[in-house]
Amino acid sequence: MNAPFDLKGAMAKNTTLPDTPFVIAKVSRRKFLQGASALGGLVLSVGFPASVRAADPPKYGADGMPHGWIDNPLVFVAIGEDGIVSIVCHRSEMGQGVRTGMPMIVADELEADWARVRVVQATGDEARYGNQDTDGSRSTRHFFMPMRRCGAAARQMLEAAAAARWKLPVGEVQAKNGEVVHTATGRRLGYGALAKAAARMPLPAPDAIRLKDPSQFRYIGTGTLKLVDAQDIATGKAQYGMDTRLPGMLYAVVARPQVYGGKVASFDAAAALKVPGVVRVVQIDATPGPPQFNPLGGVAVIARNTWAAMQGRNALKIVWDDGPNASYDSVAYRVTLEEAARKPGKVVRDEGDFTVAAAAAAKRITAEYYLPHLAHASMEPPAASARITQGKCEVWGCFQSPQAARDLVAKRLGMPVENVTVYVTLLGGGFGRKSKPDYGIEAAVLSKAMDGKPVKVVWTRDDDLHNDYFHTVSVEHLEAGVDAKGLPVAWLHRSVAPTIVSTFDANATREANWELGMGVINVPFAIPNIRIENPEAIAHTRIGWFRSVSNIPHAFAVQSFVAELAAAAGRDPKDFLLEVIGPARVVTPQMLGDTWNHGESPERYPVDTGRLRGVAELAAKEAGWGRSLSKGSGLGIAAHYSFVSYVAAVVEVAVDAKGEVTIPRVDIAIDCGATVNPDRVRAQMQGACVMGVSAATSGAITFKGGRAQQDNFHQYEVARMPAAPREIRVHIVPGDYSKPLGGVGEPGVPPVLPALCNAIFVATGKRIRQLPIGDQLRI
Amino acid sequence: MTKLNVNGKQYDVDLPADTPLLWVLRDEIGLTGTKFGCGMALCGACTVHIDGQPGRACVTPISSLTNKKVITIEAIGADKVGKAVQTAWIDLNVPQCGYCQAGQIMSATALLKQKPKPTDADIEAAMTGNICRCGTYGRIRAAIKQAAGEKGATA
Repeated sequence: MNAPFDLKGAMAKNTTLPDTPFVIAKVSRRKFLQGASALGGLVLSVGFPASVRAADPPKYGADGMPHGWIDNPLVFVAIGEDGIVSIVCHRSEMGQGVRTGMPMIVADELEADWARVRVVQATGDEARYGNQDTDGSRSTRHFFMPMRRCGAAARQMLEAAAAARWKLPVGEVQAKNGEVVHTATGRRLGYGALAKAAARMPLPAPDAIRLKDPSQFRYIGTGTLKLVDAQDIATGKAQYGMDTRLPGMLYAVVARPQVYGGKVASFDAAAALKVPGVVRVVQIDATPGPPQFNPLGGVAVIARNTWAAMQGRNALKIVWDDGPNASYDSVAYRVTLEEAARKPGKVVRDEGDFTVAAAAAAKRITAEYYLPHLAHASMEPPAASARITQGKCEVWGCFQSPQAARDLVAKRLGMPVENVTVYVTLLGGGFGRKSKPDYGIEAAVLSKAMDGKPVKVVWTRDDDLHNDYFHTVSVEHLEAGVDAKGLPVAWLHRSVAPTIVSTFDANATREANWELGMGVINVPFAIPNIRIENPEAIAHTRIGWFRSVSNIPHAFAVQSFVAELAAAAGRDPKDFLLEVIGPARVVTPQMLGDTWNHGESPERYPVDTGRLRGVAELAAKEAGWGRSLSKGSGLGIAAHYSFVSYVAAVVEVAVDAKGEVTIPRVDIAIDCGATVNPDRVRAQMQGACVMGVSAATSGAITFKGGRAQQDNFHQYEVARMPAAPREIRVHIVPGDYSKPLGGVGEPGVPPVLPALCNAIFVATGKRIRQLPIGDQLRI
Repeated sequence: MTKLNVNGKQYDVDLPADTPLLWVLRDEIGLTGTKFGCGMALCGACTVHIDGQPGRACVTPISSLTNKKVITIEAIGADKVGKAVQTAWIDLNVPQCGYCQAGQIMSATALLKQKPKPTDADIEAAMTGNICRCGTYGRIRAAIKQAAGEKGATA
């Protein structure tokens, strides 16, 4: 039987740091770097929403997140006497490359030899590591500087130790690639030999930390390192939430209410218990009130293996009380949303006078866009394991937010948080789904029901599609008054969509400021009269974050509508888009009505329309905008600002005589500031193009009788190789390390959908206003 | 009792005959490299080789495997072509989350064993059953070409 989840052999014990000889980590972890006091003043309850108390001054970036940041090398770095440098990654790996990128930052400043670096995954413990909520495209932009300081401080301690050993002024020695060198005499000492003494050196004061000049970076920005997990992935050794194995482990699947708010009325487990291998049937109580991150409840079948548990679940007889959402129907709900979108709603931004300007305009143009629910459908469905021994609970799982898993397991089991340890496996995709650790709590509840025996909860694909935290459904209603040249002088956008807040507050019916701040309220256009409205919408299913969130519907509507205006004006869509964006200028988010700005400081992260123009122009140039294409082909462009980055896509589409769409090429340009691992930036843009194509062409979750209608990948289709863009060319705008970094994981998605549909319009004359495209082009 | 030959080892499995190979590999034998993604042969995450042919372990009952040889991702590196595919995958940094990649590698290896110099159409036909939600298809294609010895395959 395998040992419990074991990342690299170097860390088998219930600790996140190696038990091989190490020194630095043995020093008290309470010796935080002076100034790392985000810890002191900002211990907030975990989860949602991440707000600061009203009396506090506003905090931004990592400072504004629960538990802020930690940059103490004694927490993140351990050096063995063998010279192996272990670096803790405290953010979750779900394909974005954070287990390579984050340690790379530390290793670079530390002058570590990457060949002798080992990556150690942190358990869920924000007081120790700082914020671990791996979403919002935040890891690199929030932890670039703390991780640099962490590595630099460790380097200086090693240098100080060598200087003391050689009785030299510290200024005469230099750390280089795993050794400290005294150039004048050629003396050198490896980090392994220095580690013990270095650990006794005082931590450098914040103002004494010497960061490298970026010209000296050896890993950051090069994109030359291999992924730390690639070897394990390619050989089947990588461990995901689905893969945990523990001695005596039992396996569970859960029959959950198929309707939002439903519950078990009664059930008969007799037949299930007769299935060979089934051990027990256990009811899981739903948590009263809105779901938040808690289990939906239901009936669990626990068995000797996963297959037996699935067969047992098939044999369950359950009478459900479907509750108030049993009539949720996507066709009817679309009408409800459309009715709301066609009447005035709550005004959330009002500049100039839309009504007057629209009435006086040469022409008025209206369009409405519909986008359905989406499911994350990560290739690894949710999975977690738990066991309880002597009043302590251990949980293993694919968590984007291990700290939330820890807190909620502790609460559910009535244990002190210190008695719960959450081990983070690799995530087989996350996309926002795995920021909600409901499945981890299920595992803990079932382990408790089995007297602490280890239990793994496996979600099947239909579980995943039926009980997701779905991407919202929306109707986006736009109206413009245009001048004699066809340029918009008045702009109205009504966005109607059930809000994610409804998952936490049953009465929430309007988009939150952070949903509005995803590209509807903060359109950075040079239009004098702008009104943004947000009518109410009631949620009838569990809504959650999906990669790039509300930017998807907002960018689709805005960027499609601009192209519609261009067509009405008889203008080139790219030139017209640039004209609507207007001349390069820097505006504060507040000027655009955005009080959120992705949680970042409005001064450090203003909206720079020059950068938005820049990516649009770069993508267009690289795509050969204006090149002649064969009949049935076309180029479409879209540009969008999200997660404090700027992305534009030019999609080339070919639509054949039968209406079949293929995508020969996408040129996507990103300006996210300076990059840590440009290879992963390219990978994220490539992936965003494919995910955008999936959402545009085929992805939709529909409801009937309150139930999601899609069971598996034959009904919820995601792009396969032939449907994916044949070629994706990524263009990264060079950045400056002295300036703030932008997000990467999410901002690639939003422009892809409208760019594709704008290309289809050029190719066919058909304007796509509802997604997915599905059969709309079939002839 | 069903006899299975997995990665050259014999196993006696005392489970119902209709139990899919996937769960025997994962839960009983402990070979977790073969992944569960759909349970309906729709996504390819569970691809293994059965007598050299790619097959979906999630819909393959163990009763159908008598006298057959199963190879999984854990052992495909012992094969020259399998090793070349794994090497190309690592070299081009193909994976993002990596969960589907075992299945991708098994499908790619089966393709290259059958067609050492596949065309783009061959690659699409062989790989269309393997979903990658992260969208690594471009690099998968490039890695297959690199493993096939084509020059200039880049990510």
